[in-house]
Amino acid sequence: MPERSSAAPRVNDFTLKFANVNGSGSASANALVMKAIFRTGVPVVGKNFFPSNIQGLPTWYEIRVTRDGWRARSGRIDLMVAMNAETYARDVREVDPGGWLLYDSTWPRAALHQREDIRAFGVPFAQLCNEHFEGARARTLMKNIMYAGTVAALIDIDLEVIRGQLAETFAKKPKLVESNMKAIEIGYRYAKEHFECPLPIRIERMDRTRGHVMIDGNTAAALGCLYAGATVGAWYPITPSTSLMDAFHSFCSRYRTDPETGRRDYLVVQAEDELAAIGIVIGAMWNGARAFTPTSGPGISLMEEFIGLAYYAEVPAVIFDVQRVGPSTGMPTRTQQCDLLACAYASHGDTRHVMLFPDSPEESFRMAVQAFDLAERLQTPVFVMLDLDIGMNDWMCPDFQWDDAWRPDRGKMLTPEQVAGIEKFQRYMDPDGDGIPYRTLPGVSPKAAYFTRGSGHSKFGAYTEDSAEYQEVLDRLTRKFRTAAKLVPPAVVDGRGAPTGIVSLGSCDAPVREALAALRKSGVAIDYLRVRGFPFGAEVEEFLAAHQTNFVVEQNRDAQLRALLTLETAVDKRKLRSILHYDGLAMTAGFVADAVGKALAPGVAA
Amino acid sequence: MSSMNKPKVANPGLPRNELGLNRRDYEGSMSTLCAGCGHDSVTAAIVQACFELAMPPQSVVKLSGIGCSSKTTAYFVSGAHGFNAVHGRMPSIATGASAANRHLRYIGVSGDGDSLSIGVGQLAHAIRRNLDMVYILENNGVYGLTKGQFSASADVGSKSRKGEANEQQPIDPVLFALTLGASFVARSFSGDKEQLVPLIQAGLAHKGFAIIDVLSPCVTFNDHEGSTKSYEYVRGHSEAPVAADYIAPKQEIRVQYAPGETVSVAMHDGSSVVLRKLDPAYDPSDRTRAAAYVQERALRNEYVTGLIHVDTRRRDFHEQHGTSESALNAVPFDRLCPGAAKLHGILSAFR
Repeated sequence: MPERSSAAPRVNDFTLKFANVNGSGSASANALVMKAIFRTGVPVVGKNFFPSNIQGLPTWYEIRVTRDGWRARSGRIDLMVAMNAETYARDVREVDPGGWLLYDSTWPRAALHQREDIRAFGVPFAQLCNEHFEGARARTLMKNIMYAGTVAALIDIDLEVIRGQLAETFAKKPKLVESNMKAIEIGYRYAKEHFECPLPIRIERMDRTRGHVMIDGNTAAALGCLYAGATVGAWYPITPSTSLMDAFHSFCSRYRTDPETGRRDYLVVQAEDELAAIGIVIGAMWNGARAFTPTSGPGISLMEEFIGLAYYAEVPAVIFDVQRVGPSTGMPTRTQQCDLLACAYASHGDTRHVMLFPDSPEESFRMAVQAFDLAERLQTPVFVMLDLDIGMNDWMCPDFQWDDAWRPDRGKMLTPEQVAGIEKFQRYMDPDGDGIPYRTLPGVSPKAAYFTRGSGHSKFGAYTEDSAEYQEVLDRLTRKFRTAAKLVPPAVVDGRGAPTGIVSLGSCDAPVREALAALRKSGVAIDYLRVRGFPFGAEVEEFLAAHQTNFVVEQNRDAQLRALLTLETAVDKRKLRSILHYDGLAMTAGFVADAVGKALAPGVAA
Repeated sequence: MSSMNKPKVANPGLPRNELGLNRRDYEGSMSTLCAGCGHDSVTAAIVQACFELAMPPQSVVKLSGIGCSSKTTAYFVSGAHGFNAVHGRMPSIATGASAANRHLRYIGVSGDGDSLSIGVGQLAHAIRRNLDMVYILENNGVYGLTKGQFSASADVGSKSRKGEANEQQPIDPVLFALTLGASFVARSFSGDKEQLVPLIQAGLAHKGFAIIDVLSPCVTFNDHEGSTKSYEYVRGHSEAPVAADYIAPKQEIRVQYAPGETVSVAMHDGSSVVLRKLDPAYDPSDRTRAAAYVQERALRNEYVTGLIHVDTRRRDFHEQHGTSESALNAVPFDRLCPGAAKLHGILSAFR
């Protein structure tokens, strides 16, 4: 990325970072700052770096202010709000040259003096809180709100916008609006009186956030489940997927509860483990309800046996895998795209599964809806592959759209009338030649009855140990998988005939697009394909064939997308070059641009 | 082979139930279990229970895990959907199926390996949920399909066919279920159809989790001397403190019960279960004392059989969740989807 000097005025284009202790209430102060910028019409990117812990460990929050509307991390820090004594030295080191540091000057901070290339502002937050507020808890909370006020003065956020937010948040507790506003104003005034405000990095009103929301992918996916008509949710709590079911539950209690009787058109089961969670989903979808489970890598590992049953017995299921850092327990609160292979081939025997790769919360909403249609149309498990970055961070997205004419695609499910009209029901035939059989629901008619089993079965649904009968069904499943390649959302292709391409997926899209723009500016043209579904469609094969070099950008160590491409397409694997990011933090555009730039530099073999 | 087709032979002389169906209409495919297997008698008892209750075959859902016992769901009510799940995980499939449609009758068949070893966790949590189903545990103390290993229900000192004695403490499914607060707990013997059929009927009438531990000897691997799960041993060591008679909703009570000796339990579907106390001190509504009674008898090498505990007041899975009366798989889409106008309102909270 081009070097920038922090000294030049950079209106609506800079990054703030807040260093806090978790469990101290800092999240609401940071969200207040981000929302205020968003409500001033300026695009923002928020990233939360939090520990796997309830209280007392370091946590950071990054807010990138981006007038151009980029969606990735910037990879730089212009203003650090260093409120955690424990990480103070490290936080000071991280500020980019020419940047600023805000700290609590109630206590001396020796480490500060080691840097002469940044400017530091000390505000005695703790002391001011002790003077103005009573009680230990209130003082801790108000200290956070107070630094939000100081930041507002430094980067020129309109206090009325903040007041409006507080009034909404505490609509039922007006006293809290006043006490919070008091803290904001103390912090704000202190900055105005002691420092030259605003800084060159500052906010100026724009109109680029109208028609947008700030929402996380788990909430968006939950909304998709609500709109798709899912009625059964089963889960076992696991970071970072938990908030998906929490959101579904809360949407349902609002929109699916009979106001008079209190009866609910949904059922959420907190299962005893992930094995049971997927079993409940399979049982419910087998019996005709739309059901789903949100989980993460360790949950996928536990679900594998059942996933194989659903694949072979052809039972729909929808699984949201909000990927986190592995292997094993790994780093539960950090992001990665490390379950691609585990999900693609989950379970023993010959199994292959349908996957969807949303790039944002907005697409998580749409793909959640699609996942139910695909699962029922194809009668197979469908994985929606989110990651922690999409699932748990607030992203600025265009308003979600909904077509009231939309109806669920229940696939080849015989209605009671159709059952009445048939001679004999046979479960695993392929009358349409697309590999997809017909199914019936329990409770309809003795004529519709069939036996579902994970043991060898013939196309008639009968138990078999006959080689030819077994193989016939297995071969039909291969045909069905080919049909799936035509039904999953096609890849997004941005091709202008360049000899080099980038292939990527999911949350990599934001940094890749920004890197492509930067590379184009410096005269390097590269085509781009973003995979959105698995199995891969013909357009993926064509793109790989059309480019001499394809950089495969993904967030895992073992190049799992590249492995899938070599296994499932005809591409010569020497044409695929990996760019891998797997430290657990969301990737930046700079990382991608640097890696591509280095690979394409003269003297480096392409 | 797990099942073979069995031709339906019309026999006009067979008695018919209210639906005009005869007993054969409640059968399934041919059993492929060993000749004399206790499980086949349990299958016959299920067939009889469903026939006598005149259950529409499609109103039944059959569920099982993996093992000899789990094969038997193919051998009864061929007009019902069946689901042969993975080993030990039938309760989660049953939970999901029940969640989707609360109006069908769920009959689960499992074994001691499927329920007490690999599936002990799922069984425990199905009991805790008070899932509305009948869970028949065909208990023979041994793994049959893998040729004779002890199961978790094998008693201390019980001998394998090779003469080796088990030293590990057994899990008694009845005590296990009582401890977890099961709302209907019974035990029977595959060789005692007179006791077993009314227990299955009472279990089907019960709204909640009805577990029936059926001692069902394995003729091939666990029917020898020294085994505590053999036909001979179970016959000689069973004792029922209470006999249960199932009385259908509109059925007249014909038997004259002596006053003070019977308790009539009203079931949710209008039927009742009349309990005849064979041991006057026994109270099947008292869970704690029922458990103590079972343990005391076990020390005397006796299996307590019959309806050991019943509590019709416990709220079942759907009542706990406040689910709509309509089956969730049949709620009209318009009732499920809030629509475009409301989406706009929902999103306004995210600005």
